[in-house]
Amino acid sequence: MKTFLILGAGTAGSLMAREMSRKLDMNEWKVILVDKDDNHWYQPGYLFLPFGIYKPQDVVKPKHKFIPRNVDFIISDIELIEPEKNSVTLAKDKKVIQYDYLVIATGADIHPEETEGLKNGGWRHNIFDFYTADGAAALGDFMKRWEGGRLVVNVVENPIKCPVAPLEFLLLADWYFAKRGMRNKVELVYATPLSEAFTKPTSAKALGVLLDQRGISLETDFYAGSVDSTNNKLISYDEREVPYDLLVSIPTNMGAPVIKKSGMGDNLNFVPTNKETLQSDNWQNVWVLGDAANIPASKAGSVIHFEMETAVANILAHIAGKEMTHKFDGHSLCFIESGYNKAVMIDFSYEQEPIYGTYPFPVVGPLSLLKETTFNHWGKMGFRIMYYDMMLKGIPVPLPSKFSMAGKIKK
Amino acid sequence: MVVKKIAGKEVQVNDEGFMTNPAEWTKEIAVEMAKEEGIAELTPAHWAVIDFCRTTAGTSGKTPTLRTITNGANVTTKDLFGLFPKGPAKKVAKISGLGKPEGCV
Repeated sequence: MKTFLILGAGTAGSLMAREMSRKLDMNEWKVILVDKDDNHWYQPGYLFLPFGIYKPQDVVKPKHKFIPRNVDFIISDIELIEPEKNSVTLAKDKKVIQYDYLVIATGADIHPEETEGLKNGGWRHNIFDFYTADGAAALGDFMKRWEGGRLVVNVVENPIKCPVAPLEFLLLADWYFAKRGMRNKVELVYATPLSEAFTKPTSAKALGVLLDQRGISLETDFYAGSVDSTNNKLISYDEREVPYDLLVSIPTNMGAPVIKKSGMGDNLNFVPTNKETLQSDNWQNVWVLGDAANIPASKAGSVIHFEMETAVANILAHIAGKEMTHKFDGHSLCFIESGYNKAVMIDFSYEQEPIYGTYPFPVVGPLSLLKETTFNHWGKMGFRIMYYDMMLKGIPVPLPSKFSMAGKIKK
Repeated sequence: MVVKKIAGKEVQVNDEGFMTNPAEWTKEIAVEMAKEEGIAELTPAHWAVIDFCRTTAGTSGKTPTLRTITNGANVTTKDLFGLFPKGPAKKVAKISGLGKPEGCV
């Protein structure tokens, strides 16, 4: 028997396990999937927790529900990966697994300890994150009781998971405090290391206008060096000070500690990966999917969905000793929830920045790119159902993997 | 893509002013680019960072990020901001004739 080992049972690992259990000859292959626990979090749902739109129980389901029965699912921490020996050691019983092929899908997490003072006195008192379910819920409890002041959202450094989430948080906060009749008591500030509201010119401009219309101010080129939680100040490396009453931090995102321990990562523990084939740069029988890879695509669930076709085809070709012909184009699709039951949508790739137009079809859409619409909002809200009930269960989601210029308008 | 004349040499630059062919770079270009970025004089400390970035990009094919520079060039983040104020990774990349550090959308 040959072993196909997958580390991480999040979006990428679960989808890969299902695909491989269907496509490999299960008389010859054993598919093993490992994760530290059985909670499959719907991470895009974290955004809605602070505003009471979702409750924690809405964004978690047991992982094993989405894993086919012919996949061996092991719950354990991973102690060490030794790619030279094709070997992985688990924490549980120190079990050693020899693999023929390995997929690394161990994701990314926040690391507030990387920023001086961020985890000192203020953490979970008036400093919160919303990139963990408990952080987002704790922030929600705080906001319910908050009487107003200066709310600063800060991205410590890029890349982060879901690069649009900080903008969504601010837009939703504007709506949330307006609904509570206290918007005039809340100042909303976005401190970002970028030079504009967003990365690429067209979307940066469109989203910058949106922030401006909603009274959200920008502090750009801001690289947070430390937090003074005694005096409630965020301080940049070039010694600019941003005072806050409530700091919503998006701390440094890093790959799994086991990547570092195994000497497989870059300086943020992301695994160097070919951005087109999705094969590891250093090991022929190792593929890296989703947030764990260092490829210059967004760290987002849609990217994983679009990567899957390429990864599966290339792995199967490699196993069969054939040439790998599929190339991932960096396709990403994001909803940007903007409050008032509206959302903006962006669709882009490695080569094409987000621009205006309609998606997926020209003219009729029904989704609109870089424009706020109610239909986009229902697309975003409906996606949770589509994620758990279709995507993870292997029912095809009608979103083509390849990026297309159809419906896009170049200005 | 436009051709720009800098330090007496014609080089290709993109819309944001980053050179598109690192092989066209010279030390004289760096001095001129630095002036455009508000750095009047390149000191040995500046050159150490520029050399590191050129070497790293040459071997990895990628423009180094802020973290790559501070981890590899023996300079603290604070000092790096002192040398290349406001967005040092971007600034060093431009002065070193490299592309903008590959950010994700």
